[in-house]
Amino acid sequence: MKTGTVEMDEIIAVNTIRKDFPILATTVNGKPLVYFDNAATTQKPWAVIKAIENYYTQLNSNVHRGVHHLSQRATDAFEASRKKLAAFINARHDYELIFTRGTTESINLVAHSFGKQFVNAGDVIIISALEHHSNIVPWQMLCEEKNAVLKVIPINEKGELLISDFKEMLDEKVKLVSINYVSNSLGTINPVREIIELSHQKNIPVLLDAAQAIQHLPIDVQELNVDFLAFSGHKMYGPTGIGILYGKEKWLNQMPPYQGGGEMIKTVTFEKTTYNELPFKFEAGTPNIEAAICLGAAVDYINSIGLQNIQQYEHELLEYTTDKLSVINGIRFVGTAANKASVVAFTIDNMHPYDVGVILDQLGIAVRTGHHCTQPLMDFFCIPGTIRASLAFYNTREEIDILTEGLKKAVSMLA
Amino acid sequence: MTINEIQDELVEEFSLFSDWMEKYEHIIQMAKELPMIEERYKKDENLIKGCQARVWLHAGFKDGKVVFTADSDAIITKGLVSMVVRVLSNHTPKEIVAADLYFVDKVGLKEHLSMTRSNGLLSMIKQMKMYALALQSTLNVN
Repeated sequence: MKTGTVEMDEIIAVNTIRKDFPILATTVNGKPLVYFDNAATTQKPWAVIKAIENYYTQLNSNVHRGVHHLSQRATDAFEASRKKLAAFINARHDYELIFTRGTTESINLVAHSFGKQFVNAGDVIIISALEHHSNIVPWQMLCEEKNAVLKVIPINEKGELLISDFKEMLDEKVKLVSINYVSNSLGTINPVREIIELSHQKNIPVLLDAAQAIQHLPIDVQELNVDFLAFSGHKMYGPTGIGILYGKEKWLNQMPPYQGGGEMIKTVTFEKTTYNELPFKFEAGTPNIEAAICLGAAVDYINSIGLQNIQQYEHELLEYTTDKLSVINGIRFVGTAANKASVVAFTIDNMHPYDVGVILDQLGIAVRTGHHCTQPLMDFFCIPGTIRASLAFYNTREEIDILTEGLKKAVSMLA
Repeated sequence: MTINEIQDELVEEFSLFSDWMEKYEHIIQMAKELPMIEERYKKDENLIKGCQARVWLHAGFKDGKVVFTADSDAIITKGLVSMVVRVLSNHTPKEIVAADLYFVDKVGLKEHLSMTRSNGLLSMIKQMKMYALALQSTLNVN
């Protein structure tokens, strides 16, 4: 694929798109902000910002409770957003989507409720060496509680899962496979279709942590036939504090509630409480109504650009970035999988990533440095951390050029 | 020199720099002047855990004064540590406990004290004061 001006601009008119994101006009230390920390969180378009204002000026009321006008309108908007998200991932039913605080809570919900119902002493949960701490620790906690065993799919030097090893791990003891779709540290896009198929051959359900996938590539849960899918609103141009757990109806119905409280009940007496139906069984307490509604606005925004276009544009930009940064003396790319999302992680000689990050910050360039909440992965590569530039469709080749120059400057100062 | 005289001296040094690059080059230079911690003290119990850069700190006591030595695996952090050590080392526990470290703000490095920086500088200053406080209470008891 070419990375010429015409081709990329034909996919996405980036200079126009950038005007949708007011924060991109910020200056840092007197220089234009170059924001390459999109895997940590994405910036918000006017469509989302205005939806937040609209919610508080026109809709604010509690959902699913009042008979009054505002409560009805808020409930309608809340449920309309759930419907939009269901369509976005092509879920069979709206009620298979649970609003959570984010990916972390979605995974914790499954670890708790699925674990309570289906995991016993001696059982096995499989994760991978690429996981974020939020897809490691909940399972460790479950395994500790249940005396179960956590097994880890190993990776090769490029940061790709070793599927042959995975095949050998699958036996009747395995109760769940929980892996990320895209690695937050390396950008590896995992062969999830194959993983789901292999697992299903042994009747093992699969949870996909899609926190780093949902904003980069189209996801169809029915076509994937995935059992659970977790993602966060703030990584897909929506508000923080909101996320989704998608679960197949058959699993969600068999799982006990996660938290007790209002909304998740049908009837309560002091002797016995009966639980509400899906999705409310898993939505105890007043949800983050504003964020849930505005996540719907983010979905509309993404749809208006088109995930296919986003995917294509980001792929071009990734190739451009990898080419450009290759000229930096001493650069070592960490994560060189054949199939990658727009994440570029690297080290430079033996420079500490922190030092490089400080220099880049002086130049107005926002990157993430450190272990990216994947300490076991950094141990695998024998490094304290990396410098990570994670790209979004509003980033430009000019910004990559600024990063390249910034890195040259950092090298000259720190070497 | 008193703690405040050293701080003022640092502020004076930094006022000479017109841009951020000179400032950071000076910090990197100061990293090289840090009194190095002896290898035998560079162990986990002397490690100040920041999120990213690691800092080792040792406090010795000589002629009624606390002597700090340190190291870090990140050079900018090491430079910042060097500045704090230069300010606080060779003073009495009482002086260290009472010290108000205004120089960090005045030389325009306040952002390095924020929690998000996670460079361990804030924890290190706390740790230095803790050492001094512990020594002070030992001295008072004796």
